[in-house]
Amino acid sequence: MPEPVSNIISQMPRLRLAALLLFFLGPALAVYSLFSIYPLVATMALSTYTSDPSGARHFIGIANFQALLGDALWSKPFWNAFRNNLIFFAVHMCVQNPIGIALAGLLSLPGLRLKGFYRTVMFLPTMLSVVIVGFSWNLILSPLWGVAAGALKTVCLGSLFAPWLGLESSALVTLSLISVWQFVGIPMMLIYAALLNIPDELIDAARVDGLGHFRIFLHIKLPLVLPTISLVSILTFVANFNAFDLIYSVKGALAGPNFATDILGTFFYRTFFGNQLQLGNPTMGAAVATIMFFIILVGLCLYLVLVQRRIRRYAF
Amino acid sequence: MRRTFKAGMGAGVAAVALFAGLAVAQAGALKIESWRNDDADIWNSKIIPAFNKHYPDIKIEFAPSAPKEYNAALNARLDGGTAGDLITCRPFDASLALYQKHQLDSLDDLKGMDNFSDVAKAAWQTDDGKTTFCVPMASVITGFIYNKEVFAKLGLAEPKTLDEFHAVLEKLKKDGTYIPLVMGTADQWEAATMGFQNIGPDYWKGETGRTNLIAGKEKFTDPQYVAAFKEIAGWAPYLGSGFQAQTYADSQNLFSLGKGAIYAAGSWDISTFRGQAQFAMGAFPPPQPAGTTDCYISDHTDIAMGVNAASKNKEDARKFLEWLTTPEFATIYANALPGFFPLAKTPVKIDDDVAATMVGWRQTCKSTIRNSYQILSRGTPNLENELWNVSAQVVNGKLTPEAAAKQLQDGLDKWYKPAR
Repeated sequence: MPEPVSNIISQMPRLRLAALLLFFLGPALAVYSLFSIYPLVATMALSTYTSDPSGARHFIGIANFQALLGDALWSKPFWNAFRNNLIFFAVHMCVQNPIGIALAGLLSLPGLRLKGFYRTVMFLPTMLSVVIVGFSWNLILSPLWGVAAGALKTVCLGSLFAPWLGLESSALVTLSLISVWQFVGIPMMLIYAALLNIPDELIDAARVDGLGHFRIFLHIKLPLVLPTISLVSILTFVANFNAFDLIYSVKGALAGPNFATDILGTFFYRTFFGNQLQLGNPTMGAAVATIMFFIILVGLCLYLVLVQRRIRRYAF
Repeated sequence: MRRTFKAGMGAGVAAVALFAGLAVAQAGALKIESWRNDDADIWNSKIIPAFNKHYPDIKIEFAPSAPKEYNAALNARLDGGTAGDLITCRPFDASLALYQKHQLDSLDDLKGMDNFSDVAKAAWQTDDGKTTFCVPMASVITGFIYNKEVFAKLGLAEPKTLDEFHAVLEKLKKDGTYIPLVMGTADQWEAATMGFQNIGPDYWKGETGRTNLIAGKEKFTDPQYVAAFKEIAGWAPYLGSGFQAQTYADSQNLFSLGKGAIYAAGSWDISTFRGQAQFAMGAFPPPQPAGTTDCYISDHTDIAMGVNAASKNKEDARKFLEWLTTPEFATIYANALPGFFPLAKTPVKIDDDVAATMVGWRQTCKSTIRNSYQILSRGTPNLENELWNVSAQVVNGKLTPEAAAKQLQDGLDKWYKPAR
């Protein structure tokens, strides 16, 4: 029997161990520090400054954050974007993930034909450029040339059609659903992979006990893939609170109508880079980015404390 | 799925700077920064060759960015020291900020600057009007372009007053074949620029109202501004169905496919329509409200060019700018890009009939620029952004004209203290 790795390590000279660690971890650490940690720290540092018309920067401590959270000029659009972001996230959690789970459940049914075809087709939108997704859905839903109005009319539901992307009441939910359509493949694939890991003996035992496909899924498979579902949820959370591109490509940086589709990503972009006559404000933009980072951090911590630790994993 | 936005940004800026650095390394050639990527062809085939007839030794490269990204990309390149020698200037604060950061040179001593009036230069001057830092190239005029064939078929005449305008729209709506007025609110700026700023100057008497707003003698809540909002609030019934989701590109397509009768237009649309529309077009200036005699048009100074203060080739760059002040450049530019009207004092002959009609309004009406552009869009909340937002909402029927005016003025009052 070979010696355990921990023994080898403890017997190794210290210097040699350090060199070895550096050799294996160094490259990744350097790349990660340069492209991830350094920008993050630089962003936080930048958020404590302000710039004057000549371009010079002055240290102002937490004044940017006080303005962002306390001054109605900044806090109103900020909380609006935050609220919209929560709705954006809620739609993903309530629509994208259940559909993803259901699709994975269907795909893992024994005896289903053309499995590979369905899997590819449902995953395709995820690989499309967001600009193409935005453009296509803009056309599909267009009241002028879109197929949505005609399609509804042929099933006698023409009266239900509205210019959804242009109405304050429906624009955000419509965009969220477009995003769901694009990304539903990811929860589907992750959960599908988890479902494949469930040993056949368990399913066979359930079948012998007289359970049908649906009840097997509900009582046997679903509890076993819960850890994956919670992983999918946290991935969705991080992606949604970093989202920006779909809204920007469909509605522009002003995220209309009346900021109904403004989420933290577009609010950040507008603040940092400006819009039309609004000049970019990099220091305030950095403050928005820092708050976004903390929102995601808090979300992740809550998840770790409240969810991750309580999940029971089954070893097969 | 996971987008590491902040990390990507730093890398992106670095990459942009790298690419720009490689491009600028070839010595001798003057590089022009611009947002007019639509015009690259015209620059390369007409404007630069015409300049090279006079100065065959000066090589020029036209290097445009996408309009949406221009300001951000230009600022990054200027800060990184890799920007081109000649900078196409956005009007007012975006360029003023560059001058204040010493990234643009003063051009007061440039030969030919006296070819431009003070109004033409105002968009590229310091607030006191003493220093000019870009050579004015062109302005754009807003009004209404209409389908002449539709007007002839239905026996309609160009409306001169708003009452006539409403009557024409009503007739078009009754006929039902065409969308009476082509304009959408999805992109928001259409409602502000081709709606409020288009028909508004007649109400606030052009430059008088604009300068009074800056001086604090007038407010957006005054009747003349509310009345302009009231006018656009009445347009919804004449717009295409689902106009709330109609984008600017949709509007252009609707009109050039012949599905609409009247198009709330900027002169920059002319070249697009020339390429696509199969029918004869005409143009009429914003119809006048009842009881007004003088007419005003939005003749907005939009594009200019200056010298990068860090350029290694300033002498050649200034030669190019001097050439920009000549009637030769004005004639080439105005005819290659109908709808972008030269600002020099010497009149230029324009061949395109719609463009000639629009520039002809300068003789009968008084010119003004958009009232949100100078000084007033400096603070937070940004007046121009607010104007896009409330104008679109007013047309959508989601906000009353009074509430819209109040929102603008409240926003302005939060930061703007007019000099007394």
